[in-house]
Amino acid sequence: MDNYSFRKFKNRLFLILSMICVIVALIPLLSILIEVIIRGASQINLQFLFSVNGIGPAIQGTLILIGLTSLIGIPIGIMSGIYLSEYGNNRYASWMRTFNDLLTEFPSIVIGITVSVVLVIGIIGSFSAIAGAVALSFMLIPIVARTTEESLKLVPNSVREASMALGVYRWKTILMVVLPAGKSGLITGALLAVARIAGETAPLIMTVLGSRYFFQGLFEPMASLPIMIWRSALQPSAAVQARGWGAALVLILIVLSLNIGVRLASRGRIRK
Amino acid sequence: MKMPWTKKSTNETEATSVEETVLTSEKMQSVNLNAWFGEKQALIDINLPVKANAVTAIIGPSGCGKSTLIRCFNRMHELVPNARMSGKVLLDGKNIYASDVDPVLIRRRVGMVFQKPNPFPTMSIYDNVAAGLKLSGVKKGRNLDEIVERSLKQATLWDEVKDDLKKFGTSISGGQQQRLCIARAIALEPEVILMDEPCSALDPIATAKIEELIVSLKRDYTVVIVTHNMQQAARVSDFTAFMYLGKLVEFGDTDGIFEDPKNELTEKYITGKFG
Repeated sequence: MDNYSFRKFKNRLFLILSMICVIVALIPLLSILIEVIIRGASQINLQFLFSVNGIGPAIQGTLILIGLTSLIGIPIGIMSGIYLSEYGNNRYASWMRTFNDLLTEFPSIVIGITVSVVLVIGIIGSFSAIAGAVALSFMLIPIVARTTEESLKLVPNSVREASMALGVYRWKTILMVVLPAGKSGLITGALLAVARIAGETAPLIMTVLGSRYFFQGLFEPMASLPIMIWRSALQPSAAVQARGWGAALVLILIVLSLNIGVRLASRGRIRK
Repeated sequence: MKMPWTKKSTNETEATSVEETVLTSEKMQSVNLNAWFGEKQALIDINLPVKANAVTAIIGPSGCGKSTLIRCFNRMHELVPNARMSGKVLLDGKNIYASDVDPVLIRRRVGMVFQKPNPFPTMSIYDNVAAGLKLSGVKKGRNLDEIVERSLKQATLWDEVKDDLKKFGTSISGGQQQRLCIARAIALEPEVILMDEPCSALDPIATAKIEELIVSLKRDYTVVIVTHNMQQAARVSDFTAFMYLGKLVEFGDTDGIFEDPKNELTEKYITGKFG
């Protein structure tokens, strides 16, 4: 083998190696998906999805949690992101940025236990939907803040200058010019963050507890898909386990549809 | 640790006394103007008069402080982190850096056009022109359609875009975008328009159009234009200032500067010996 064909061979080898690694990385993901679909799909029917005996309360609970968490977390996250991006040229902000990154990586069980001690045992005095939403918000806020900051930083400075030079106040420039320009990035970030927390289990076990009934009130325990999956898996009954697989499939579909939403939102960005 | 709500000392300008009026016939005038970026001094003791209803060109090699100078004329300089300045800039004899002056209001009176066309990417052509009026809240009781049409006509863009006012401002050509930015600036009816190398990103045909426009603008406005291009300065301006290394080397009427420069540096620059 001469020198040239040896180099060509090495090139080919490298490509093949990296392709194999991609396949190896995809195997677990695909096998999980296939497993969940095989075991879960047979469970799914209208009765299963919407009745109290199926996973109706869990789906409802998860959607309520997503809604409440977004309501608390997205405004706070976006406002923090605006501060970091637009006013964040000081030491205070760089500290905040560090704390924010730290919070993003924070073990969710610790967030759960802290919220549990403060809200569930302390202020509210009961396992409750609202405590779960607060715990999830603590996970959501730093992600949204970060993605907001990143997408606002992508808005060219010339756009800000154009607005400031027209005699527009800073807050109005940010609200009416910078935010719309970074809009698709903001939506993408928020949706990804919601998808990320939708499947969280640890913070919920100690806050919303789980329930067999439909929504009872913000200050009552509530059902949710991740908790239902976890509890079903611990049961010896095959029927209950099957219900857990069905719940897992539904949860995956919810997260997947959020991700598809992200795709659609970011496609809009490219078109522009 | 410095908290964000305490004003950054680096951005503080040396506050001068309230309500200062100086007798001057100039539309604008800088008085002992110095400016810094961090430790680096960009402007040194600039005293430049700007005559009303005339075009004043500022020429000089790259990095001589031309852009910094005009950005001090509408208080855009202080928006750059770590930038600061000292001295005065007078607008109709009043110091725009006096402590009781709101920079936002100054920017409404002294408009600006940038080097690269920068229409608002999320707004239509119409909204771009109306943006200044809408966002700064001065549209009360005035007809937006009329103002948009008049501004676009003054910027000689109306005939090219009148059927596409709903299209995005970024969808038209670079030269058209720059005229759109000029229309956006004049929609607010400023007294002075500052232009920071407005043609440097444009082709010769678009440049010719903008130059024509600049000359026509001086009927209603006072224009200050920064340019790399000496022929451009000679074509459009009534007065020319030559800057070098942060200093104002020579100022005079354009014919004088180009035909009979007093300063050796000026002569070398305009004859192309350096720069």
